Amino acid sequence: MIDLEAHLRHRRDVEGRKLFVPYVSGGLDDDWVDLVRAFADAGADAIEIGIPFSDPVMDGPTIQEASVRALERGTTPGIVITELRGVADEIGIPLIVMTYYNIVFRAGHERFARELAEAGISGTILPDLPLEESGPWAAVAESAGVANILLAAPTAPDERLPRICEAARGFVYAVSLLGVTGERQSLANTAVGMATRLKAVTDRPVLIGIGISTAEQAVEACTVADGVIMASALMRLRLNGASVQEVADAARRVRKAIDG
Amino acid sequence: MGAPTAEGRFGRFGGRFVPETLVPACQQLEAAFIDAWADPTFRHDYEELLRTYANRPSLLSECGRLSERLGLRLLLKREDLNHTGSHKINNVLGQALLAKRMGKTKLIAETGAGQHGVASATAAALLGMECVVYMGEVDMARQALNVFRMRLLGSEVRPAMSGSRTLKDAVNEAMRAWVSDIGDTHYLLGSVMGPHPYPWMVREFHRVIGDEAREQCRAQTGGDPDVVVACVGGGSNAIGIFSGFAELPQVRLVGVEPAGGAAVGRGVPGVVHGMLSYLMQDEFGQVQEAESISAGLDYPGVGPEHSHLADIGRAQYFAVTDDEVLDAFELLARTEGIIPALESAHALAWVSRERASLRGQTVVLNLSGRGDKDVAQVQAILDGRSAQ
Repeated sequence: MIDLEAHLRHRRDVEGRKLFVPYVSGGLDDDWVDLVRAFADAGADAIEIGIPFSDPVMDGPTIQEASVRALERGTTPGIVITELRGVADEIGIPLIVMTYYNIVFRAGHERFARELAEAGISGTILPDLPLEESGPWAAVAESAGVANILLAAPTAPDERLPRICEAARGFVYAVSLLGVTGERQSLANTAVGMATRLKAVTDRPVLIGIGISTAEQAVEACTVADGVIMASALMRLRLNGASVQEVADAARRVRKAIDG
Repeated sequence: MGAPTAEGRFGRFGGRFVPETLVPACQQLEAAFIDAWADPTFRHDYEELLRTYANRPSLLSECGRLSERLGLRLLLKREDLNHTGSHKINNVLGQALLAKRMGKTKLIAETGAGQHGVASATAAALLGMECVVYMGEVDMARQALNVFRMRLLGSEVRPAMSGSRTLKDAVNEAMRAWVSDIGDTHYLLGSVMGPHPYPWMVREFHRVIGDEAREQCRAQTGGDPDVVVACVGGGSNAIGIFSGFAELPQVRLVGVEPAGGAAVGRGVPGVVHGMLSYLMQDEFGQVQEAESISAGLDYPGVGPEHSHLADIGRAQYFAVTDDEVLDAFELLARTEGIIPALESAHALAWVSRERASLRGQTVVLNLSGRGDKDVAQVQAILDGRSAQ
């Protein structure tokens, strides 16, 4: 399995590039794994895969719609993980699953970590498992070689950020704004400030996510952050009928833009 | 019943499973509540509002005809007589006062049947605050009159259009709204659920029900009841009345869930809406949709302290069917001249079903709300039956 943090640090520190993490809703359609591969071709540094959950409280309309569509197709956590088996090794890019904690809790920490590791999945993002609740899962994940990424939000007082960065593995997910996932007209004025606060207290990669919708916004975010995560804007294209290639082309434009 | 652990746990249940954005807000709320609840001025202001505005103490009514019919002694804790027609006012007055004390100007709330939404809109009007209530689109249709009431009181009602479009989804929408607008907004959660400190704080605001009922029962009957029974959706009215009797081990505590939403009875531990508790879910962890005749109990989870009380055996939980509830609804109307909320009728449905085993016992039942809001729905169901 690819070590997520080592991989991202290498790309940031040795290759000197900004990091780009696009998102795919697992089980969205028949071609979703092709989109994972296409994102790798388009220059992703890691790829985030959503496991759909019935009650995604951190997600706005686009990811909600994608989750509903995936669930209606009968998508289960096991199906998503199984279909990803071996993909990371094949594309040479680490995969991260994003889901909600009940999916992990229901499966059981040990079983879920083992299934991720066996599929070659390098990390987890669980937006409803904040620092204080994350210990038991993070420990089990770490012993399986899976990095549990933590989110840091603009509401956090200064003293909280170092504790989040210390406990995070893989990278620190900087929440750009007060809000849930979804496309926005412009980069939130809290985004760069959030990255600045985090970069001041950690050497781990800091990636900005939530609301990054255009290549221009990604460039702006990368003036301070080590990279960006882009989900809703890409999934909106797919939900509106864009082909795998067209969505990958949109990702490639972001890649090129942040490469400058 | 004591305070939860510092991590917000009741036994193995509870906690604070919320997006990182909300964690500082939950911590601030916890600190503000601890401070206010220990402050005699806050307690005095709160108790004065309960007395002069909400019409507390509520009565404990002997049911002469119904007791005779069931072969037991039934006393009703009349939360239906509170201002706004249910127990919900106890919690909203406490939380709205607290929000004001914290300098918040806006309230958001979720509602199922509309009782908590109406109570929230009422508190917002009384204290001069803005209020937005999230309500499932299905529930808005079922409870159109309550939607109008909230608007009349100056609140905005926004439909929750995702998922089953009922209470569960209204909570999701309210949490998303809170994430987006956290600075000057307080989330006025309507039950003993959600992330710490809500399950504890909301219980404390409802414990007045149990404290009053215990003293009234002693004054009126000369002793403590054999059984205390209440309906359970999220479980706020039940926790409120249980908290007055939990220290009395001889008093049996019974929570009654709808058969289509029996989180304690049919659920397994899970995490949703910020808490670890019994939850109706599938084998993969997807939350199932509850189905009940009463919108207020249409919830797949339950407050974490109920899960704990069930685990340690201090309270028992049983389920009743919609048909049993309708029978109880009519029974109370005809024998006592009281039309109960469909939610509260669940508790009576259990008493009625268990009348043989409860024979001769004294039963205190929390009549958590009045049934005016349900009359049109029940009429449609009963008309449909007689047409068949």
